[in-house]
Amino acid sequence: MAIDLELDRHILQRTSPTEEEIVVNFGPQHPSTHGVINFVTQTNGEVIRRSVPDIGYLHRGLEKIGEQVPYPGYMPFTDRIDYLAAMFANEGYAAAVERLLGIDAPPRAKYLRAIAGELCRISNHFISVGTMAQDIGAATPLTHALRERESVNDLLEELCGARLTFNYHRIGGVAFDVPEGWADKVLRFLDHLDSYIQEWDRLITFNKIFVKRLAGVGIITRAKAIDYGLAGPNLRGSGVNFDIRRDMPYGAYPDFDFNVPVGTGRVGILGDCWDRYFVRVQEIVESSKIVRQALAKLPDGDIQAKVARKLKPEAGEAVGRVESARGEMLYYVVSDGSEKAYRLRVRTGSFMAMGIIEELSSGIMVADLIAIIASLDVVAPEVDR
Amino acid sequence: MTVEEVRAQLESKFGEAMGALSETKGDRFVVVKGDVIVDLCHFLKSTVGLEFDYCQDITAVDWPGRNVIEVVYHLYSLVHRHGIVLKVETDRSAPAVATVEGVWKAATWLEREIYDLFGVNFIGHSDMRRILLPDDWVGNPLRKDYKEAGGYHGVGNERVDPLVQLTKVTDEKRKAIAAAAAAEAATATTTATTTTTATATTTATTVEAAATAAGAGPSSEGKG
Repeated sequence: MAIDLELDRHILQRTSPTEEEIVVNFGPQHPSTHGVINFVTQTNGEVIRRSVPDIGYLHRGLEKIGEQVPYPGYMPFTDRIDYLAAMFANEGYAAAVERLLGIDAPPRAKYLRAIAGELCRISNHFISVGTMAQDIGAATPLTHALRERESVNDLLEELCGARLTFNYHRIGGVAFDVPEGWADKVLRFLDHLDSYIQEWDRLITFNKIFVKRLAGVGIITRAKAIDYGLAGPNLRGSGVNFDIRRDMPYGAYPDFDFNVPVGTGRVGILGDCWDRYFVRVQEIVESSKIVRQALAKLPDGDIQAKVARKLKPEAGEAVGRVESARGEMLYYVVSDGSEKAYRLRVRTGSFMAMGIIEELSSGIMVADLIAIIASLDVVAPEVDR
Repeated sequence: MTVEEVRAQLESKFGEAMGALSETKGDRFVVVKGDVIVDLCHFLKSTVGLEFDYCQDITAVDWPGRNVIEVVYHLYSLVHRHGIVLKVETDRSAPAVATVEGVWKAATWLEREIYDLFGVNFIGHSDMRRILLPDDWVGNPLRKDYKEAGGYHGVGNERVDPLVQLTKVTDEKRKAIAAAAAAEAATATTTATTTTTATATTTATTVEAAATAAGAGPSSEGKG
């Protein structure tokens, strides 16, 4: 039979002493690649010589679309840049255009942005750490993570009507105020979350097998992380204490008291997969702290600044930066005075993270490559845009 | 350090190659001559007090009116927490800039993306290939004069506006559909009547025919 022959050929290729290395397309349709990404992997048995990411399968030309729709109309497109953490894509775009227009969102809108953003971060990080455990072979934690994430998505749905593609932000504010009784529901969830995180840590974080699979694997040194322009939890996992929310403050973040977790090499070596993982788990706790503070201090007032119906910023350019769940998200908007952006650039954390995989892949095991990809938390649409 | 101070320090070293700080609205930038960009970036990264160790972004903007493509560098220092935006202008007909890959590794992929979408050639780059688009793609989509080739390997990029299709149905096809349905209903009713009168026994055919008649009834009414 043809299929058996095909199988034989591959087995021969693997064992034949004359042809020691094979090239495997790891992806584009593979559950562990976190989206449609191909890793062209040259291996000698289980040991990888090098693995070259081949991206672009989800390239939708979102930067070009930004030049073709008026400023307010681009907001729903930003959701599609990162479907797991769309709040930040919204917020970054709004921040850039607001800077260009020289306007500011009202305080209440800033607080609502922070609340929505941090809830979104919790939701995103649960997916991230859950799928990471799943990729490594632990099936149960993902079901727990998805359960918690569902609660967050329910809350966000109540706030803005959508579970993934929120389209919640507006230029100069947000679309909806909090519904009746919503704050209590959020607080009830956060009470549950704070105790649940300890259960999560017992379940998987300090699980012996989990730690052994991740400690000392995929080490990114501090210098290398900076050199490759990594962002967010990937950068902090290597011990770099840099968070846009604290160091280049925007929105309501100066009003909140929170820690910036960084990797310490607690179970292995600084900058290994476990460090990046644990930064995310700790960030869930910090996000919960921020949401509590924001709800307690939520000011009254408008949720939308007075903005002209047709936005025509003066010629010039502006950068909007937010700390997305995948690190610094940078929108660079150039205006020529018309009602559409002349150039719109999105720099994402996933794109930068993909750039380092080839360097990390040399000489590691195939299973470790999966751990590294999972620990970098790449999302294909954010890589390709 | 403020942007002005960084610029002043660069000017004392590179002199005329440094342009003035932009006065336009929004964020300010400095235009730099293309032939010094690599030295300048090395200087920015290694000089004590500047230490721009973090390359946040490299991108480009196309200006057909001025016949230039601007390559834009967003640089930041994690040590001193200050940043600067540099721009290098290159001729649009044969855009080429020296690579800063040797300064920051992050530039490898960022410059590949500019090569792919703008067609800027980065001289000395280790891996100057397209990154997002396929290797045989024609043109550089983020250029302002880019025209879509009308599909890729038989996959079209045009779609009929669904609203147009709907209008067509309402105008012409609706009458034809209604007429066909009415004719069908008429025949079905006649068959059903003849069958019921001819045989009193309940057979599979009569049930079927009755069902057809019942089904056709309301639809013909609706169309009328």
